[in-house]
Amino acid sequence: MITAGIDMGAKNIRVLILKDGEVIARAEHTAGFETEESARAAFAKALEQAGVTEDRIDKIVATGAGRESAPLATESVTDVGAAARGAKEVLPQAHTIIDVGAEEGRAIKTDGNGKVMDFAVNEKCAAGAGSFTEAMSRALEVPLEEFGTLSLKSTTSTPMNAQCAVFAESEVVSLLHAKTPKKDIARAVHDAIADRIISMVRRVGIEPEVALIGAVSRNPGFVDSLKRGLERDVFIPDDAEYIGALGAALVAVDG
Amino acid sequence: MAEREFWRWKEYNWHDENIDWKGCDTITAGVDVGSVSSQAVIMVDGKLYAFASTRTGSDSPQSAQKVMDWALENTGMNLDDIHYKVGTGYGRVNVPFADKAITEIACHARGGNFMYGNTVRTILDMGGQDCKAIHCDERGKVTNFLMNDKCAAGTGRGMEVFADLLAVPIEDIGELSFDVEKEPPPVSSTCVVFAKSEASGLLRKGWPKNKVIAAYCNAMAHRVVTLLERIGVEKDFAITGGIGKNIGVVKRIEDELGIEALKADGDTQTAGAVGAALFGKALLEKSRKS
Amino acid sequence: MKANYGYMDGSGEYYITIDTDHCIECAHHGCLDGCPKGMFEIITDDYDDEVAQIKEEFRKKIKYDCADCKPVKDRPPLPCQEACTPGAIEHSW
Repeated sequence: MITAGIDMGAKNIRVLILKDGEVIARAEHTAGFETEESARAAFAKALEQAGVTEDRIDKIVATGAGRESAPLATESVTDVGAAARGAKEVLPQAHTIIDVGAEEGRAIKTDGNGKVMDFAVNEKCAAGAGSFTEAMSRALEVPLEEFGTLSLKSTTSTPMNAQCAVFAESEVVSLLHAKTPKKDIARAVHDAIADRIISMVRRVGIEPEVALIGAVSRNPGFVDSLKRGLERDVFIPDDAEYIGALGAALVAVDG
Repeated sequence: MAEREFWRWKEYNWHDENIDWKGCDTITAGVDVGSVSSQAVIMVDGKLYAFASTRTGSDSPQSAQKVMDWALENTGMNLDDIHYKVGTGYGRVNVPFADKAITEIACHARGGNFMYGNTVRTILDMGGQDCKAIHCDERGKVTNFLMNDKCAAGTGRGMEVFADLLAVPIEDIGELSFDVEKEPPPVSSTCVVFAKSEASGLLRKGWPKNKVIAAYCNAMAHRVVTLLERIGVEKDFAITGGIGKNIGVVKRIEDELGIEALKADGDTQTAGAVGAALFGKALLEKSRKS
Repeated sequence: MKANYGYMDGSGEYYITIDTDHCIECAHHGCLDGCPKGMFEIITDDYDDEVAQIKEEFRKKIKYDCADCKPVKDRPPLPCQEACTPGAIEHSW
């Protein structure tokens, strides 16, 4: 059986193809403004990688914020459902799942069988998601890829007053004017976003094993702040940003 | 940085030449140091005498001094001639010459009561970095209020971001927002960061600039109306603050509420400072009695 | 006076409403110790009344600071509300 999951994220669209339980392809494409076209492009890339044609795919399930407008898919699953299903596959021991993407953050508690017990979501506000770090790296004129590592060099915690990404941009600029080192500002930004995510995690309850998935898990600065704030280690699976797409492809298998 | 200038608004001062302050019994001042703009108002015997409006600098005490000096300009009056000075606004505790600091909520209610008359019950103040909704009684005393300074949506700052994105001078936004064939639906994202990408998408789709402006004014109006629901809107209703000058937002708020906002003589942005000066007068009279 | 502290952002509306008319008669000030985060303080307001308010530093993040008292499942009564004998405190979410 061959199934595919399409994760229609706000910033990136990711496609994952499963053949008899094995991942045979994963591909991504920037969402841009024409999301349907982008999804088709990502899908074509994945098909090529898998070496199969579209008609060989038995079922396609979509997830992500734009799942309702996903082309090709015949069914959809919520972000929470897909994250829980995907995480169960790769890290079954983790019952608390933190999923942070470009525009949304969520905390999920599962029963260990991939069933969602509780969840909390932070959406529609840039303060609680990857967009926040992105806006701050732009304000600091540090490339996003370096922003996380820069944060690791800091040993000082600097409190930030502004919560809103728009106001925080000005605050970051004034910190810069006040000669605060960029690394300390980077850490302040990551601490702030991690704190917001952690408060959400507390609302669902922290189980001993915590998994972190989503694209923001690639940011070492955020991961460091998150671990420090949670006072525990978090497990980050390989291809953490594809767990949603994996979950959707698995939902397709489950039927 | 030339491209950032679209948000810039004018600074100014004024005084009433027909008033001779020298023979007056009470001279009080209110200084409202906001996060974006600062206003100073001088009142003599309960009448508006002079005011000034400037941009707030990075240093609050200096900004307070600057706006006060500007209000005093060409009046022949010195700071020492003022009997009582009240600081208000975000930087109220940093007004070096103030005799007392009073919250901007209380000052806005009192100032609104003076500027719009004592029938005003709901005051919406849309500032540079915050939005306040106040319900007050016939004496200008606050009975219910809320403030939102956490989120840029619905604030002047949110509008500045759009003025920049669309490269339209902020003072023209209101008029331009009506230059559309049909009123577009509001920008759906509340968050300014997300609304900005949504607007970029609309422009790419071929929407004319004015239509995007209309969609954002519409969204901003809807946002503050939702905010107002928490305290309830009772007539008479007034809008103060910098955004109160943006007809594109004001008209849409009125339409959504089905209530027309009161018009006032003078600059509605000075309501907080006027209220502070009036508090000053009351406090002065109280201290003289005791 | 009803004083609403908090905010509305894209994700929702988060306000703690304090009916300060109740505070005026209150000598107990249970809110001060009732909140595990110590978010309340007693001040003399602009009309010379002794009332409770949410401290400035918490007002922009009450959604996060109140999170511990608001688990998704089996939410217990809020300690601030339980501690406030005159019943002056309300949460919007």
